[in-house]
Amino acid sequence: MRRVLAPALAPLLLLPGCRAAPDGVIAPAGPVAAAQFDHLLFILALVLIVVVPVFLFLPWVLWRYRFGRKDAPYRPDWTFSRPLEFLIWGVPVVIVAVLAWQTWHQTHRLDPYRPLDGTAPLRIQAVGLNWKWLFIYPEQDIATVNELVIPQGRDLALQLTADGPMMSFMIPRLGGQIYAMAGMTTQMHLAADREGTFSGLNTQYNGPGFAQQRFRVRSVSEAEFAAWSAQARSRPPLGHAALAQLADPSTVGAPIVFGSVEPGLFQSVVAKYHTGKQAPAMARITEAGQ
Amino acid sequence: MSHLDWTDLLFGQLRLSDFPPKGNMIATFAAMLVVVAALLTAGLITWYGKWRALWSEWLTSLDHKKIGIMYIVIAFVMLSRAVIEAALIRTQQAFAVNAAGVVGADHFGQLFTTHGSVMIFFMAMPFLSGVINYVLPLQIGARDLVFPFMNAVGLWLTAAGAALLMASLVIGEFSTGGWSGYPPFTELAYSPGEGVDYWIWAVTLSSLGSTLTGINFAVTIYKKRAPGMDLFRMPLFCWTALCTAILMIFAMPPLTVATGLLALDRYAGFHFFTNALGGDMMNYANLFWLFGHPEVYILILPAFGIWSEVISTFSGKRLYGYSSLVFATMAIAVLSFTVWLHHFFTMGQGANVNAAFGIATMTIGIPTGVKVYDWLLTMYRGRIRLAAPMLFAITFLLCFVIGGLTGIILANPSVDFAVHNSLFLVAHFHNMLIPGTLFGMIAAYMFWFPKAFGYRLDERWGVIAWGLWSAGFLLAFMPLYALGLMGAMRRTAQFFEPAYQAWLYAAWAGAGLIFCGLAALFIQLWASIRKRAMLAVPLGDPWDGHSLEWWGPAPPPEWNFPVIPKVKETEAFMRMKREGTAYEEPDSYEDIEMPRNTAIPVVIGAAGFVAAFALTWHIWWAALAGVLAMWGGVIWRSFETAPNEIIPAQEVSERWNAFLAAARKAQGIGRRDETTAANRGLAEHQT
Repeated sequence: MRRVLAPALAPLLLLPGCRAAPDGVIAPAGPVAAAQFDHLLFILALVLIVVVPVFLFLPWVLWRYRFGRKDAPYRPDWTFSRPLEFLIWGVPVVIVAVLAWQTWHQTHRLDPYRPLDGTAPLRIQAVGLNWKWLFIYPEQDIATVNELVIPQGRDLALQLTADGPMMSFMIPRLGGQIYAMAGMTTQMHLAADREGTFSGLNTQYNGPGFAQQRFRVRSVSEAEFAAWSAQARSRPPLGHAALAQLADPSTVGAPIVFGSVEPGLFQSVVAKYHTGKQAPAMARITEAGQ
Repeated sequence: MSHLDWTDLLFGQLRLSDFPPKGNMIATFAAMLVVVAALLTAGLITWYGKWRALWSEWLTSLDHKKIGIMYIVIAFVMLSRAVIEAALIRTQQAFAVNAAGVVGADHFGQLFTTHGSVMIFFMAMPFLSGVINYVLPLQIGARDLVFPFMNAVGLWLTAAGAALLMASLVIGEFSTGGWSGYPPFTELAYSPGEGVDYWIWAVTLSSLGSTLTGINFAVTIYKKRAPGMDLFRMPLFCWTALCTAILMIFAMPPLTVATGLLALDRYAGFHFFTNALGGDMMNYANLFWLFGHPEVYILILPAFGIWSEVISTFSGKRLYGYSSLVFATMAIAVLSFTVWLHHFFTMGQGANVNAAFGIATMTIGIPTGVKVYDWLLTMYRGRIRLAAPMLFAITFLLCFVIGGLTGIILANPSVDFAVHNSLFLVAHFHNMLIPGTLFGMIAAYMFWFPKAFGYRLDERWGVIAWGLWSAGFLLAFMPLYALGLMGAMRRTAQFFEPAYQAWLYAAWAGAGLIFCGLAALFIQLWASIRKRAMLAVPLGDPWDGHSLEWWGPAPPPEWNFPVIPKVKETEAFMRMKREGTAYEEPDSYEDIEMPRNTAIPVVIGAAGFVAAFALTWHIWWAALAGVLAMWGGVIWRSFETAPNEIIPAQEVSERWNAFLAAARKAQGIGRRDETTAANRGLAEHQT
C-alpha cells in the first residue's frame, strides 16, 4: 500500500527532514506503526478525490468568472441543479461509506488491547511517574527506568498505569499511544521488526518536567536481550522504598536498572488508589524544578 | 486574633510577592505592558474628556449594535494578547532543540494554557457573539434582540472573564493545565497555586455569559422575524447563528458543570476527578468534550454563515444550494453532539466504541464537503470581485479542505493513536480555526464595518493583511503537520531531535508573518479612520448587498428600521432594489419603543469580576459580596417599571426621510467603482 500511495506523499517526502525522517509514524519500525501509516495513506488517497477538484475548480472559476470579463456567462439567479446536488452529496457519502467500512476493520485490527498474531509476547509493566517511566519485566524479574530493552521480532504486551497525573505512553516508530492513569490499568501491544534505538515519551502534559519524560527503546536480538537481562539481575533490587523515592517529582538523566522486583509491585501502585484513603507517597509538586 | 489572621481574612492568599516584578523578565515585561496599556487607555479617555460619553453612550447601552461592537473590541484586544503568546510559543520551540530556549518550562505551560483559553473563550467567542449581535437583528428585520438586558449581562460577564485573564498576567500565575484543564493534573495535589482557579473562574464567567447569549439569539430568531420572513427565507448567516445558539444552550452547561465540580474538588475537598477516594478523571474528559466538541462548531458555524454572505455578495450572485446549505448546517449541529469521544480514543475504551465515534466523526465530513462545493458553485457563473473579504474567503476554501482532509485522518482511531497529542493535531485544529473561524471573523469585520461606522476600511491595507495572514498561516502550520508525523509532540518546551530544527524555524517565521498581519489590521483601522471622509458610505449599501441589513443609512439608527419591512424572499433587500421600492417613502410612521440605557449590567459584570478574583485568591468576604451584588443587580432590575423609552414617530420620520432624500439624489455606482471614493453606499440599479 505504501509503495502504491507514495506519489500522494511525494511533495512531503521531497522536503528536507521528512525524507530521512528519524522518528515518528512516518518512519515505522514495527508492524503496528506500519499498519497505521498504511491506513493513513489509504485515507489520504481516498479523501483527495474530494479535495483535488477544489484545487482545480477554484482557480479556474476565479479566472474565468473574474469581474470585468465580458465573454463568460453570468447567471446571477442560478441557485440549484439537481444533478450537481446528487454529485456533491453522493461522492462524499460513498467515500465516507468506504472509509467507515475500513475504519471499523482497522480499529479492531489495530486495537491496542488486541494481542498481536506472532510469538508468545514479552510482558512489560509500565508505570508513569513524574517525570520518568518505570518498566517492570515480571518474567525476567528486572526493572528499568527510562530505558526499554526489547527483543527484536518478539511481540510486546504492555500493561500501564500511572502514579501521578494522567500520562500518555508512546513509542512513535513502533506505533501509537495509550493513556496511563492512576488507579487504573490500560494495555498495549507492540513489536519492533528491526534492531535499533528509538525514542519513547509521555505525550500528555504533566508539569515542568514533561519535556524530559522520555526514554530510549533499544531493540536488540533475542540473544542480546537474554544476555542483557541476565546481566541486569545483578543490579540492586526495586522495592517499595526505592519506588517511593522514584515517585518523587524529578527527572532522571541516565537510565537506571534494577536487578529484582518486589512481587506485586505494579499491582500495589494501582491498588494504593483504592484504599479509601488519601493516597500516600505522591508529594505535592510545589517547588519541584525542571 | 493575631496579625497574620487578619491578613488572611482581608486578603486571602494574596500577598505582595504575587505582584510584579515576576520571576523572569518576559513575565515582568508582560505584566508591565498590561498595566501601562490600561493606564494609557484611561489617560487618553481623560485627556479627551470622553468618560461621560463612553459611559452614557456605550457601556450602559442595551443597543444590540453597540453591544456587538464592544464584543468585537474585546475580541481584538484578546486576539492581540494571544497572538503575542503564540509568537512566544513558536520562538521557544524554535530555539529549544537540545537547548533551553527563551522561557522556562513552567512559564511555557502558562503560555500555551492562556493562548488556548484566550483564543477560544475570549477571542473567538466574543468575536462571533459580536458579529451575530450586530448583524442578526438587522438581517431578520428586528429592532433589537428579544432580551436586550440579558444581552448586556452576557457581554459584561464575558468582559469580566477577559479582565480576570488580564489580571492573571499581572497578579500571580496562571494555570499550566492547558485550555482543557484536565484533572488530575489540575487538582490541588499537582497544581496547588492560584493558576487553575484563575482558569476555572474565567471560563465559568465566559460560559455563563455564552449560555445567556445563546438563549437570546435562539429566541430572537424564533420570535422576532419580520412578517413574511419564514425560517427558510432567512439569510444563511441567520441559520448558522441559530444552530450556533442551539449548540451554546446545550453545550455550555456541561462545561459549567465540569468546572464547577473541579472547583468543588479544589475548594471543598470533594473527589470528583481526583486519583484516590473514588475520583475518576475520565468523567471530566467526557463532560469537557461534551462541551468541547460542539464548541468547535459553535466557533465554525457562524463563520460558514459569513462565508456564505461574503462569497455570494462578491460573486454578484445568489447563494447556490440554499436549502442544501441549511440542511448541511443543521446536520453538522446535530452530529456535533455525537463525536466527543474522538478527543480521547487513546483512553483505553474498546474498539467498538472507538470505531462508532470515529465513523460518526467522519460523517460530519459529508455536510462540510457539500458546503465547500456549494460555495464554489456560488462563484461559478458569477462576476467575482476580489475585495479583501473575498480574498480571505479564497484562502479559507483552499486551506479548509486541507484541514478537512487531516480531520478525516484524525477521525480514524487506528491512525489517531499515532498522531494524538502531536503537532499534527495542533496543525489540524489551527487549520480549521484560523482559515475557518478567525479569517471568517476578519472577513465579517471588513464586510460589515462600513454598515456599523459609515465608512469603508482601507482596501490596500486589507489586501496586505490578507497576504500576511494567509502566508503566515501556511508557513506556521504546514510544517507542524510534518513535525507531527515525525513524532514531535505538543506542549513540550524542549525537543531533542535535530531534524526538527528547519521545520521549527519555518513555523517561527510564519508566526512572525501572522504578527505582522495583526499589525496590518490595526494600521488598516488607523488609516481608515484618518481617511473616513473619503471612505464614507452614508447611504449604507457599499457592496450591493442582498439582505436587509444593507437597507438604510450607515450607521443605522438605534431603532434599525423606521417601519418593519415585509419580506417576500430570501434576498429581501435585493428584491426591493430590483422592484425599485427600496428607497420609497413608507405610508406612515409609528412611535417606536426602545430599551433605555442602564448601568446594572456593568455592575453585574464588575461584581462578577470581584467574585471571581476573590474566589481565586480565597478572599471569602469579597467573593460573597461579589456574588450578592450580582444577584442584587438582577433583583434590582426586576423592580424597574419603565425599562423602555418612546421614540416619537416625528423623529423617526425626519431621520428616515432625510436618508431617503439623500439616497434619491445620489448617483448609484457600479461595482467597478466599489473601492473608490465614488462609492457613497448606493448601488447602481441592476437589471
